[in-house]
Amino acid sequence: MAAEEGEVRLIGAWPSPFVLRPRVALNLKWVEYEFLQEKFGEKSELLLRSNPVYKKIPVLLHHDKPVCESMIIVEYVDGAWANSGHAILPADTYERALHRFWAFYIDDKWFPSMFGIAKAETEEAKAESAEQAWAGLKLLEEAFEKLSKGKAFFGGDTIGYVDIALGSYLGWAKVIERMTGLKLFDEEKTPLLAVWAGRFCAHEAVKEVMPETEKLME
Amino acid sequence: MGEVDTKGVVLLDFWVSPFGQRCRIALAEKGVEYEFREENLGDKSPLLLKSNPVHKKIPVLIHDGKPVCESLIIVQYIDEAWPDCAPLLPADPYARAQARFWADFIDKKIYECGTRLWKLKGEGQAAAKEELIGILKLLEGELGDKKYFGGDAFGFVDIALVPFVSWFYTYETCAGFSIEEAAPKLVAWGKRCMERESVAKTLSDPHKVYEFVGLLKKRFGVE
Repeated sequence: MAAEEGEVRLIGAWPSPFVLRPRVALNLKWVEYEFLQEKFGEKSELLLRSNPVYKKIPVLLHHDKPVCESMIIVEYVDGAWANSGHAILPADTYERALHRFWAFYIDDKWFPSMFGIAKAETEEAKAESAEQAWAGLKLLEEAFEKLSKGKAFFGGDTIGYVDIALGSYLGWAKVIERMTGLKLFDEEKTPLLAVWAGRFCAHEAVKEVMPETEKLME
Repeated sequence: MGEVDTKGVVLLDFWVSPFGQRCRIALAEKGVEYEFREENLGDKSPLLLKSNPVHKKIPVLIHDGKPVCESLIIVQYIDEAWPDCAPLLPADPYARAQARFWADFIDKKIYECGTRLWKLKGEGQAAAKEELIGILKLLEGELGDKKYFGGDAFGFVDIALVPFVSWFYTYETCAGFSIEEAAPKLVAWGKRCMERESVAKTLSDPHKVYEFVGLLKKRFGVE
């Protein structure tokens, strides 16, 4: 669905996993948008005006009205373009609650442990963070089994809310794997997620916007 | 989440928890009958551990054996599971996004800042106090001259924030300031919310909250 000129704009930066989320959502809905790349180290006037509370990316501007916070933007895109593409959140009320729960868990608990591996200053700290990250992925593996019902994604046949929440971190997960030699999405520890990770990155709505590991490493 | 063997609607909760109170208010607004089960947080029930194995925390709403966790997720679930009366979120996607943004802001900021305010002393406490005043002023700005955060209808953001109104007395007394002075419109909003039965019957007495925090302070060795 082509948007009118200037109707949909996304303020962001290509390396950010949080920015990736609305990009995947907009792609899933076939929405054309203008991507406004922020300059590194400098926040634009538009960003500061559109997100005065946090001054952070991503910010979606729809007819110049700002929506902030990545998963809130994803849910907004799902609602505003409900008649386009596939539903991102499931129709069933209880399943929706489960998707919201796991997306929150991913940001609140799992991401800090993954990031902890990168930040760790000692081998012990690194190992501890890695253990926490793997334990979290074990929980997510079980969640995947339950939510996917044997299909390709957390959302079933199509990419859903939790896919976007977790999948957006895959670029950085690969960087951490390269830097540390640790395998996060390990076929032995979490076989379903290991396959899912490749599938997510290869998806049409994702592959053009997922940052390349090489570029992130620079 | 482990599915369990209960029927109807059960809320696992703790009397003074503002997070649990959000759920109680939402259920009351919808007129849903439910069983309230008070948890002993020092000795969590097998039902709590089974229904929220990831966090082992209250509140947990169990609807016909299926547990829902995280207070704001529970409130949204309640809104969607009982859609025929008292909508808690607006219909318009943009208005919904704004409501979610502010509820999320409240969730990220108030409890954590408030906790620092009563746990710390000296500079740490002074910093927490200034931060809390800033947060409340920002919320007051968002409220503006509206009756509720959602406009004329009591809704999601009001529910997210209102349980903390009974903690205002504790914050004021611990850090020596007046929230009425800092954010008078917000205090007025709190009073308007208290006129609703769902809120009046749910919120803890501010003095009981203060006593409760006093016990926590003793446990944490704060003086």
